[in-house]
Amino acid sequence: MNAQTIAPAVACRALSVRFVTERRTVTALENVSFDIPKGAFLSLLGPSGCGKSTLLRVVADLVNASEGACDVLGGTPEQARRERKLGFVFQDAALLPWRTAIQNVELPLEVGGGIKRGSSPTPRELLRLVGLEGWENSFPHELSGGMRQRVSIARALLGSPQILLMDEPFGALDEITRDRLNEELLRIWQETKTTILFVTHSIYEAAFLGQKVLVLAANPGRVREMVDIDLPATRDLAIRDSAEFVRIAAHLRALLGSC
Amino acid sequence: MADGTAPNAGVAAAEAAFRAAQQRKLWRRRLLPLAGVAAFLLSWAFLVEVLQVPPFVAPSPTAVIATLIAKFDMLMRNLAVTAMEALAGFALGNLAAIAIATVFVHKKSAEEAFFPVVVLINTVPVVAKAPILVLLLGNGMEPKIAIAALICFFPTLVNMVRGLESVNPQAMELMRVLSASPREIFFKLRVQNSLPYLFSALKIAASTAVIGAIVGEWIGSTVGIGALIIQATYNFDTALLYATVVVGSCFSVLFFFAISLLERMVVRWQAPVVA
Repeated sequence: MNAQTIAPAVACRALSVRFVTERRTVTALENVSFDIPKGAFLSLLGPSGCGKSTLLRVVADLVNASEGACDVLGGTPEQARRERKLGFVFQDAALLPWRTAIQNVELPLEVGGGIKRGSSPTPRELLRLVGLEGWENSFPHELSGGMRQRVSIARALLGSPQILLMDEPFGALDEITRDRLNEELLRIWQETKTTILFVTHSIYEAAFLGQKVLVLAANPGRVREMVDIDLPATRDLAIRDSAEFVRIAAHLRALLGSC
Repeated sequence: MADGTAPNAGVAAAEAAFRAAQQRKLWRRRLLPLAGVAAFLLSWAFLVEVLQVPPFVAPSPTAVIATLIAKFDMLMRNLAVTAMEALAGFALGNLAAIAIATVFVHKKSAEEAFFPVVVLINTVPVVAKAPILVLLLGNGMEPKIAIAALICFFPTLVNMVRGLESVNPQAMELMRVLSASPREIFFKLRVQNSLPYLFSALKIAASTAVIGAIVGEWIGSTVGIGALIIQATYNFDTALLYATVVVGSCFSVLFFFAISLLERMVVRWQAPVVA
């Protein structure tokens, strides 16, 4: 490493998270350390119970570290959250059902302070970015699952966050919709240059999207291996048939199998 | 090969058949309830006639309708009093319930301390609350309003607390990621979330408030639907008794539909089914 190395977007050092309940104490994460450079796309891959969602919630300041620390953009997760540098996409979209698509995207303008109205990109532009032009005034129940998740991505992108945290956002969608959204997410990532942390339990999704894949093992959640994905930055779905992709997927599967 | 127009003709025929079926369903939904009511009235008239039921036991439907027309002004004068009591009680009871639910959601300790008291008061039956309140508040409209308010209060409180608290946990996390203040979480998330729950309680309250006012009038009152029921019973004037009951019920039904209409105007998203 040389002096010109850019400060990482997220740096976790010996991070542990424990949940104490009446029956037992669960160690969700134990001694997790890793760096993510700014602008990178990192997939978090692991079996259920490996703490990948917890890790995302530590970065978002929704869960506190029991031991160790997590640096987000050179400060604490709380600072990053208060300065509105984080966007979060939830598994079930978490749209407010009484608000139309555009009103849902506008929510970050109305709470917490920090994002100025009229700052670019506007909610309308973001809905166009996620391919929902013309659906601005539809209510969530009038949209398909994939469209709802697009709205939630647009909402997370409002205020141009430096880090986008995505918790299995496409987990509940059918494969065809998921493939299409995967391609669009790569396009959005390249257009917005946001750092993305993407939690998934799909090997193909993790490898197709990520520049790096952090493979986690379960019980307790710990780092198995940080895998570099040596594929071109611009990818289309056909790349999943290439020999290189198949080799990477096999490697990831082997890592998961030995967890 | 079939000619080009065949598929379109098929679609048009299917659409026409669908529309005709819809139309039939619509008429059935309109006519069947009417037929049911007509059958009920006819068998009532028939039984009173055949069994030679004396008028001081039960009136015939024609006698009830005749009384409704003849004494319409008097019935409306009494309904006005009861309606005012029910509406005032409805407003008071529900506003109190909403206010207290808001306090409960913000101060858990208040809920833990006072919820048992609320449950205790709710276990006292209306017929027992009525004399207590008449002694406390006198013979005017006040005790009737108080009874109507008390009867509305409990279901609304319980539903409102549930509605304010049963927020999607991921929406709560979203609000935290956005650094929303408790005030913003309340107004942007909890209030809207509670509206379907509130309205299902208000619909119950719409009919129970009227019942509360009527029960209040049974004890020491000279005007109102409740007082009229008591007087008609003691005078064996069954036609007037039934006519009074019909007037009271019609008001309850209208009140219920007014709240349903308001609900449809306010809750325009697809809300979860609330029991």
